[in-house]
Amino acid sequence: MSPEGSVNSPAKLATKNLSVFYGSFQAVIDVGIEFPACAITAIIGPSGCGKSTLLRSLNRMNELIEGAKIRGEILLDGKNIYQLNVLELRKRVGMVFQRPNAFPLSVFDNIAYGPRVHGINRRQKLTEIVERSLKAVRLWDELKDRLDQNALGLTDEQRQRLCIARMLAVEPEVLLLDEPCSALDPIATLHIEDLLRQLKEKYTIVIVTHNMQQAARVSDFTGFMLLGKLIEFGTTSQIFTRPQHPETENYISGRFG
Amino acid sequence: MNSLPADRRRRKYFLSNVYFLFLAVPVIIFLVFVAYMVFYLFRNGINVISWEFITRPPERGMTAGGILPCIVGTLYVTLVSLIFSIPIGVFAAIYLAEYAPNNLLTRMIRSAVRSLAGIPSIVYGLFGVALFVRGVHLGLSVLASGLTLGLMNLPWIIATAEEALSSIPGSFREGALAVGATKWEAIRHNVLPFAFPGILTGILLALARTMGETAPILFTGVTYFTRELPRSPLQKFMALPYHLFALATQHDQLMKARPIAFGTAAVLLILVLMFDGVAFLLRMRIATANKWQV
Ligand SMILES: Nc1ncnc2c1ncn2[C@@H]1O[C@H](COP(=O)(O)OP(=O)(O)OP(=O)(O)O)[C@@H](O)[C@H]1O
Ligand SMILES: [Mg+2]
Repeated sequence: MSPEGSVNSPAKLATKNLSVFYGSFQAVIDVGIEFPACAITAIIGPSGCGKSTLLRSLNRMNELIEGAKIRGEILLDGKNIYQLNVLELRKRVGMVFQRPNAFPLSVFDNIAYGPRVHGINRRQKLTEIVERSLKAVRLWDELKDRLDQNALGLTDEQRQRLCIARMLAVEPEVLLLDEPCSALDPIATLHIEDLLRQLKEKYTIVIVTHNMQQAARVSDFTGFMLLGKLIEFGTTSQIFTRPQHPETENYISGRFG
Repeated sequence: MNSLPADRRRRKYFLSNVYFLFLAVPVIIFLVFVAYMVFYLFRNGINVISWEFITRPPERGMTAGGILPCIVGTLYVTLVSLIFSIPIGVFAAIYLAEYAPNNLLTRMIRSAVRSLAGIPSIVYGLFGVALFVRGVHLGLSVLASGLTLGLMNLPWIIATAEEALSSIPGSFREGALAVGATKWEAIRHNVLPFAFPGILTGILLALARTMGETAPILFTGVTYFTRELPRSPLQKFMALPYHLFALATQHDQLMKARPIAFGTAAVLLILVLMFDGVAFLLRMRIATANKWQV
């Protein structure tokens, strides 16, 4: 059986017949999707359709919810993620949340957090990582003189960038972003989208968004979910111009959701 | 937006002031009482307090001399009780808040802890006699009293520490886990430091209560009079609250002992306020260090 969500590029990350349950409620139903390497894949769909649940399964964050169970397979570079150490998995598959959850620590300590957890303690090495990560998210010029400042004093956009930098600091391969712009103003949103376009040269990016314009603007591939099922998957231009399923078309033309 | 008619608006404004008064008056009454009590104690006690008073044992049937053994005894049992209850209490709280599955058993344990915090201290006193004095053969001693007090503190410390831990947003933990931290690392780096002021407050409240309790030590080790300071934790001791109780009600020359009783009360109050002050300063320091708490 060929998965619904398949395209002709090599898949970095893929699911096969993935189902996720909360107790007896099935939030994700038999989803097969392939996320191509070095591209941005958007997941869209109405509220409650299981986007976050799908995303959080990919780095096993969903396990933290009591009663959450999973069936099916998730493959990273063709290897079942349950054969990897979960800490190693989360290092390779990073995640950014809807609300910028910077820690109430200094900018430096926020970014150094991940590397420290993974055993890097030399100040010089950490300084290098912090500089590289901040440059990657275009925060270095703004913050290079304020590395000791508490991160909570930053603007919303700076904090979300900082969270992305914190994720990049552990050198992940896949970036998962769950509505990363929903707490940001429109200008900041465009800035983050620019950033994502630059990052996709090196990273495989999966972004969940409520905002269809955002999906259209930023992504190369799009998956549309409804009531736990992946209804349609394809290149973004195909999904937005020639959707195959009436439900997709309804959603995209704004008739529900 | 259309606004309310002027008279309705005025009425609303008036009512909100009335509600404010309703809420403010009890606070003011309470503060007046406390202020009066403190003032009364200090007015009667302060001229008794001297260097002599806090560095000498009682003399002449406790109508003269000082209260050194009581101060030392109180600090000693308090210390023993905290050494016992802080580690157990904090670890139990971490387990309940972070690790325990959310099932019936956990909920039962949680409500049992809440109920234990409300049990009268005399009950702990009797339990201490049965368990520590008789059961473990500690006899009447600092250790038996300290452990009894520690037992009494334990539910307090667990409950307040658990609340402090639960008040830390889940996003702090998620953020750490998402870069590959273990659960314990997430708790140690991203939960405990921020819950610390809350935990400390709980501990200091427990400490203040411990210093003032009479019932749990009454049958477990406190004594009416001893000239020497407790050298080993297996000796009996004198303590401020019991000394106060004895001077105020049990002494055969009540009027002669009265000034010393006031002095003792004032010293006890000063000790408690001192620890509260330390707690306050610590919390301020920490709160400014991580702005998140403010
Ligand atoms: N912890 C949970 N326990 C039980 N059910 C849950 C839990 N979290 C989510 N659900 C349910 O699972 C379904 C999918 O939720 P999910 O958060 O994945 O949706 P979503 O597509 O991300 O929605 P939104 O766009 O609002 O973020 C919803 O019906 C939701 O009610
Ligand atoms: Mg969601």
